[in-house]
Amino acid sequence: MIERPETAVPSIAQRNLEGYVGFANLPNQVYRKSVKRGFEFTLMVVGESGLGKSTLINSLFLTDLYSKDYPGPSQRIKKTVQVEQSKVLIKEGGVQLTLTIVDTPGFGDAVDNSNCWQPVINYIDSKCEDFLNAESRVNRRLMPDNRVHCCLYFIAPSGHGLKPLDIEFMKRLHDKVNVIPLIAKADTLTPEECQLFKKQIMKEIQEHKIKIYEFPDTEDDEDSKLIRRIKEKMPLAVVGSNVVIEVNGRKVRGRQYPWGVAEVENGEHCDFTVLRNMLIRTHMQDLKDVTNNVHYENYRSRKLAAVTCNGVDASKARGTLTKSPLAQMEEERREHVMKMKKMETEMEQVFDMKVKEKKQKLKDSEAELERRHEQMKKNLDAQYKELDEKRRVFEDEKVNWEAQQRILEQQKLDASKTMEKNKKKGKIF
Amino acid sequence: MSSSDVARQPDPSRSLSLSGHVGFDSLPDQLVNKSTCQGFCFNILCIGETGIGKSTLMDTLFNTNFENFEASHFEPQVKLRAQTYDLQESNVRLRLTVVNTVGFGDQMNKQESYQPVVDYIDRQFESYLQEELKIKRSLHSYHDSRVHACLYFISPTGHSLKSLDLVTMKKLDSKVNIIPVIAKADTISKSELHKFKIKIMSELVSNGVQIYQFPLDDETVAQVNTAMNGLLPFAVVGSTEEVSVGNKMVKARQYPWGVVQVENETHCDFVKLREMLICVNMEDLREQTHTAHYELYRRCKLEEMGFKDTDPESKPVSLQETYEAKRQEFLLELQKREEEMRQMFVQRVKEKESELKDSERELQNRFEQLKRLHADEKAALEEKRRLLEDDQSSFGKRRAAAQLLAAQNLTSNGKKDKDRKNSGFM
Repeated sequence: MIERPETAVPSIAQRNLEGYVGFANLPNQVYRKSVKRGFEFTLMVVGESGLGKSTLINSLFLTDLYSKDYPGPSQRIKKTVQVEQSKVLIKEGGVQLTLTIVDTPGFGDAVDNSNCWQPVINYIDSKCEDFLNAESRVNRRLMPDNRVHCCLYFIAPSGHGLKPLDIEFMKRLHDKVNVIPLIAKADTLTPEECQLFKKQIMKEIQEHKIKIYEFPDTEDDEDSKLIRRIKEKMPLAVVGSNVVIEVNGRKVRGRQYPWGVAEVENGEHCDFTVLRNMLIRTHMQDLKDVTNNVHYENYRSRKLAAVTCNGVDASKARGTLTKSPLAQMEEERREHVMKMKKMETEMEQVFDMKVKEKKQKLKDSEAELERRHEQMKKNLDAQYKELDEKRRVFEDEKVNWEAQQRILEQQKLDASKTMEKNKKKGKIF
Repeated sequence: MSSSDVARQPDPSRSLSLSGHVGFDSLPDQLVNKSTCQGFCFNILCIGETGIGKSTLMDTLFNTNFENFEASHFEPQVKLRAQTYDLQESNVRLRLTVVNTVGFGDQMNKQESYQPVVDYIDRQFESYLQEELKIKRSLHSYHDSRVHACLYFISPTGHSLKSLDLVTMKKLDSKVNIIPVIAKADTISKSELHKFKIKIMSELVSNGVQIYQFPLDDETVAQVNTAMNGLLPFAVVGSTEEVSVGNKMVKARQYPWGVVQVENETHCDFVKLREMLICVNMEDLREQTHTAHYELYRRCKLEEMGFKDTDPESKPVSLQETYEAKRQEFLLELQKREEEMRQMFVQRVKEKESELKDSERELQNRFEQLKRLHADEKAALEEKRRLLEDDQSSFGKRRAAAQLLAAQNLTSNGKKDKDRKNSGFM
């Protein structure tokens, strides 16, 4: 039995430590465990073919993800939009990363590109669905995270603005995945053109209310300055290269032109280093967290709301989202029990009332019957009494008369006797 | 802890070598920074008899003064008291919840003593499970109240575990990480302590009690953990009072025969406990709670509610299908209940109607009976009346006849008299 109600937010007191405790070591423990576990990351690249997606991936991860043995998707002929994934394991500094690159060959390449985003959406949703099912199992053990953590969207360097396909795609995907738009093959734009292009793109993104990946606020001043600088450069203009060239004695990745070398990792040439730093070195974990806490949760609540609110209209459904489907059923069950109780009491009341009525009626007719019976009896009794009285009177009269008669008879007898006597005495002749 | 961190299996993907520094080796740092920003949370449960030194040990362990209430020995039931504190050490914030048992071991009948503890632990699991099952949930900002470690305080009798100890620990070992400690270790001598520890461990083993073992899978700490596993259970002494020893003030207990220094490893195992519990394995305790104990609770709960991973044909069933099936079942059940109630009422009405009909008929019968009675009486009365009338009429006749006779006699007598009178005159 707990003395404090647990549903209430616990009242939390501050305490100062008066000496060494040791939990300052917790971060190290977390570090150790995370290194042991290893990391996973799924990166999706979307864009028309020929925009340098594969090259960029290779440059980003300084490895030949796509090579002669595993050719990039653009090297293959495709008729419809495919979604393909390649999984690789890379190690650095004791840290193991399972990297999944998801490519979308054929995107935007057809003549009619309406719905070319659908396979992409299907892929993202299916990974979320896999995770949801794995998470919802009774026996959960191995839950590999194959959800798409980041989607790099390649914009063709037209220099003018976004194409309708770009806008449409980003609008459809910004609720499902972290979208980072990139200007591909930025070495075809001069810095000024690039500036204008970026401004135009950002303007259009805002106009269409597209939610691209946002960097989280930090408390650290240094970091906020950094983040602000990155935000000013959005969308990042990138250049990729598989080739290492020697420039002034340095070996650099770059693209060799007759007029010079466009260095991939030179901040003045393009924003590649910004992208790499942001994507890999500083915000990879945040991308995963946003995917898990925002995009996946959105998917999950949509999916589960559809299940439980089957047949329930939207206005009622709103309040149910804070419960699990089972808690929802429990609540419904309780409501139903109350409803039944109410129904039951009402029916009982009606029943009782009717019974009472009937019983009352019965009682009334019984009383009536009694009353009539009493009356009749009284009547009869009165009659009896009357009759008895009459009889008595009669009897009296009869007795009297008979007595009288007897007297008369006696008199007569006496008289006749006297007459006889007199006769005998000769008084009478 | 995000649910994506539950477990990952090594992937059979190809390994590639990097031709330069990519920079993802900062991933653990990114993760750690995030966690540190969010703050950590740890929940510790202390079970032990009243006065055994639970609160003192917590104060000593965390070097602070928690709110302590002196408990009486007369609690009718075991209760749990939880308090939450925000602590900070360098840049690490820890939200610590200390749960103490109140009145444990004081009752005459201790059979149900473990129940409130089990209930508390289960409630925290349930709370987490409910949050996890919600449609709109916020797990990453959820205040995790699940018990991460349970310090079980053993009385320093020097002999063996009490049966209450064994019963309680057996009930808890699948729900929480149990770390048994020998309390008030300053009452046991070294040799007695050694025997005591061996006895305790063998009793735990022979009774099948699973206590928490410090993990050996990480090479950096495997060695120290192995050594410490061999020294379990830790014999501890707690004190918040400071005594001057040499030229330092140390936490200690002053006796006439000497000073027991809490942080002196030759005096007691306090430092080891702090090392293991907080410095080295705190994160593992949290992980074990989440991946082992909580999962077990969840599995049992879901199975209880009728969820399965595969349907009777052993095909995997998705969550949606299960929910939908349950919902159907549920709606049918509600309908059935309503029907049943209606039926019951119909039945009652029928019964009552027939009852009332019977009463009516009875009344009717009575009415008939009374009518008959009345008719009989009336007939009797009529008979009597008729009799009277007959008598009256026959009497009347008699009287009339007599009168006539009298009248005749009178006239004949009168005639006679008259004759006599008349004859006398002649």
